[in-house]
Amino acid sequence: MNIPDHLHYTPDHEWVKIEGDLATVGITDHAQEELSDVVFVELPSVGQAVGSGDEVGTVESVKAASPIYAPLGGEVVEINTELEGDPSVINSSPYEEGWIFKVRLQDSGDLDDLLDVAGYEDLIS
Amino acid sequence: MSGELKETPLREVHLELGARMVGFAGWDMPIRYGSNLEEHKVVRQAAGAFDISHMGQFVVEGAGAARWLNGLLTNNVDRLGEGEAHYTFLLNERGGVIDDLILYRLQEESFLLVVNAAKIGEDLSCLKAANKERQVELQDRSEEMAGMAIQGPLVADVYSRMMGGRTLPPRNGVDDFEMEGQRILVCRTGYTGEDGFELFCDSGAGSHWFRSALEDGARACGLAARDTLRLEMCYPLNGSDLSPERTPLEAGLGFFVDLEKEDFIGREALMAQKAEGLVERLAAVKCLEEGPPIRAGCTVMDGDGNELGRLTSGTLSPSLGIGIGLAYLPREVAQEGTPLEIEVRGRMIPAEVVKKPFYKKP
Repeated sequence: MNIPDHLHYTPDHEWVKIEGDLATVGITDHAQEELSDVVFVELPSVGQAVGSGDEVGTVESVKAASPIYAPLGGEVVEINTELEGDPSVINSSPYEEGWIFKVRLQDSGDLDDLLDVAGYEDLIS
Repeated sequence: MSGELKETPLREVHLELGARMVGFAGWDMPIRYGSNLEEHKVVRQAAGAFDISHMGQFVVEGAGAARWLNGLLTNNVDRLGEGEAHYTFLLNERGGVIDDLILYRLQEESFLLVVNAAKIGEDLSCLKAANKERQVELQDRSEEMAGMAIQGPLVADVYSRMMGGRTLPPRNGVDDFEMEGQRILVCRTGYTGEDGFELFCDSGAGSHWFRSALEDGARACGLAARDTLRLEMCYPLNGSDLSPERTPLEAGLGFFVDLEKEDFIGREALMAQKAEGLVERLAAVKCLEEGPPIRAGCTVMDGDGNELGRLTSGTLSPSLGIGIGLAYLPREVAQEGTPLEIEVRGRMIPAEVVKKPFYKKP
């Protein structure tokens, strides 16, 4: 299972990459493996204000729909529209091309709620 | 699902292959080995192998077995020759479906019934109730048999390699023989719309034959692919598209019901329903644009937002790349070309009634 060191994680199997006040969000390798082939992604909207834990979209496989949550509060500033054309990128590249959305953070204090690699490994082991 | 899940005789192979297992009808079954979309495609283009050991097998034998079965099941056993199989129903008195099954005529008065896993108990009590005077010898062989379905355009070659040059029986034909000291029962049937066969053998030999199918060119496929394949063909799933409240006529499966023959359970109810005319029919519904996958339970509406019914099955068709589903709809609506809308989480997806099946071989 691929769990890169430089990312943060959530109990909902999302990863977060922090660069300044910008957080990029996607689902983990474990999550895409559990979901199987992603066939549909519902993205949040650019400009949407989100609170930590809000349901902002959906990732769907043939068998199930699972919600995408905002791991941190702020404003959605970018979404990965490539996924609308080819959702399977989430399976083939969950941490790179399969990113889902970017949030301009409101409060960096939220970061304390995220898991590090060891914490996430514990969660899925 | 309550209690312990049953394990199939092919389990060791599933675990070796890293299958993802899920509970289905009381059994721990492989839902997929890797990508379920690839597994779907393999069956459409080459050959896939499914574990169907969860399904039940009953043997019915003895003088008068054919007549006895004819009094219970909807299809006409007299039209079934030795070494042939057909699809048939066991109904309740109201004409509702208890189970849909395949009946194999092995010999003049020797039959095998292959039934749905979730219905083994109910089917058996129904058959036993009809056999109080011991008219026939009825045995439940479900625990002793392994089953596998090998499906796809290349199965004839796979079979020939597995069985040392032996050829498959014709469509719906049964071959009952011994190979390597094991009794094998093969029928050229399936649940995918592709050429294929279903093989039954003793539990102990199951893994051997499943491995042999894989070595000889088939790829292991799970329940997820089995479900998308059958839905593309509009083959019903009992418990979803068929139920004790719905008759085979409403499900559009009257072809497997012989109302002309003397009697079977539910016949009177079906005759009455036919005379009165059907109120609803199971329609094939196809989305007109891409969107979130439609699923069982989604509401089907007309253009004015009136609820017409709910999907009994729904998925994103891997072959067509669009949402497909089945729903019982008022007869006047269940006509090819009727525009509909399907609600998915508050969003309305435009759809229409289409001719069955969704998928036709190119």
